[in-house]
Amino acid sequence: MRHLMSPLDFSVEELDRLMDIAEDIEKNREKYAHYCDGKVLATCFYEPSTRTRLSFESAMLHLGGQVLGFASADSSSAAKGESVSDTIRIISCYADICAMRHPKEGAPMVAASKSGIPVINAGDGGHQHPTQTLTDLMTIRSLKGRLDNMTIGLCGDLKFGRTVHSLINALKRYPGINFIFISPEELRIPDYIREDVLDKNNIPYKEVIKLEDVMPELDILYMTRVQRERFFNEEDYVRLKDFYILTKEKMALAREDMMVLHPLPRVNEISVEVDDDPRAVYFKQVQYGMYIRMALILTLLELV
Amino acid sequence: MLNVGKIEEGFVLDHISAGKSLSIYHDLKLDQLDCTVAIIKNARSNKMGKKDILKVECDIDMLDLDILGFIDHNITVNVIKDGEIVEKKELVLPKEIRNIIKCKNPRCITSIEQELTHIFVLTDPDKEIYRCKYCEEMYSGEFKKKK
Repeated sequence: MRHLMSPLDFSVEELDRLMDIAEDIEKNREKYAHYCDGKVLATCFYEPSTRTRLSFESAMLHLGGQVLGFASADSSSAAKGESVSDTIRIISCYADICAMRHPKEGAPMVAASKSGIPVINAGDGGHQHPTQTLTDLMTIRSLKGRLDNMTIGLCGDLKFGRTVHSLINALKRYPGINFIFISPEELRIPDYIREDVLDKNNIPYKEVIKLEDVMPELDILYMTRVQRERFFNEEDYVRLKDFYILTKEKMALAREDMMVLHPLPRVNEISVEVDDDPRAVYFKQVQYGMYIRMALILTLLELV
Repeated sequence: MLNVGKIEEGFVLDHISAGKSLSIYHDLKLDQLDCTVAIIKNARSNKMGKKDILKVECDIDMLDLDILGFIDHNITVNVIKDGEIVEKKELVLPKEIRNIIKCKNPRCITSIEQELTHIFVLTDPDKEIYRCKYCEEMYSGEFKKKK
């Protein structure tokens, strides 16, 4: 039995296979409509995340399966003090697969160690969010046709942004990747990413503060939101939340085939006027997120 | 010059940094064992100037010395049998440490689920970096500093 805790749990070959399945699902939705008949997905969300939870539930429903679960810790037995280990043992009796989001880092790993069913980490604090990374990879591969030989700009909160750290770790395995990190001084990528991931693997990168300076160089611009919940200090959050705003004017500096991704939800960092630009693919990204989660459920349930 | 007699069976932990022997006594849980222990502080050493030595008289399978590799792998471990040194153990960094150090990350699951085993995994042997198995927070070294 396999679980998914980190995007690196899958080899490059396994990821390719997963994305092949997701691509086939995109082309042949009807074919997959009953693959999960009689199967149940439990969505155990100890902190609210409408987008990810609905994506998982939608994925299971499109495969013919059923869903059950809870959307916040208040509505679960955690409010009564039950441990994650105990909860997953109970859930294992009701469902065939579980997607778990938890504010505490490592909680899904604890669950996986006690679980009788596959567990998918649907986000654990500021640590990992592997299905977001799979979504990002799937979007880039589908729309660019490749995952290698690209210049990728990551913009915004690069310090606390787990999607950013996961994406860097996932992309380091492909040749010809060049990163440009665009962030205010306070939100630069952590030292351990710079030293242990980039320098260690000889991956070229540069760090800049102004987005405009690097727009013409980018194949992909990955925008992120400055997340209030990652700050202990409200003042810092208020000061940094609107540091970057992607506008039409900035988009005019970019290449014709550049693409803008965003893990969503977006707040102010992308102006709504950019939404109509064909290079803004963040809503398509949501669609790919459902396909890749469908492929993941099928793979972990060993139905393909 | 203080003289401490030979032991028949057990361990002599030599080249402990001066002043650290009492901490190691507790880390090895020697206080919980019913055996003879000699703690020698600030002994003269050509190599170190001053050093501590621990002599433990016990069955040689009674002690788990893996943790010593984590605390200080420069310690020399002499295994004694029938009053003679039968082995000099090479200390290596343990691949995994359980319940010796605690994760300090307030966002880690171990901060709220008290019964969980605190597990740290050696992720970079060259830099001697250990990370929490659950949240991957790097161990920042207070344990070694307090020695």
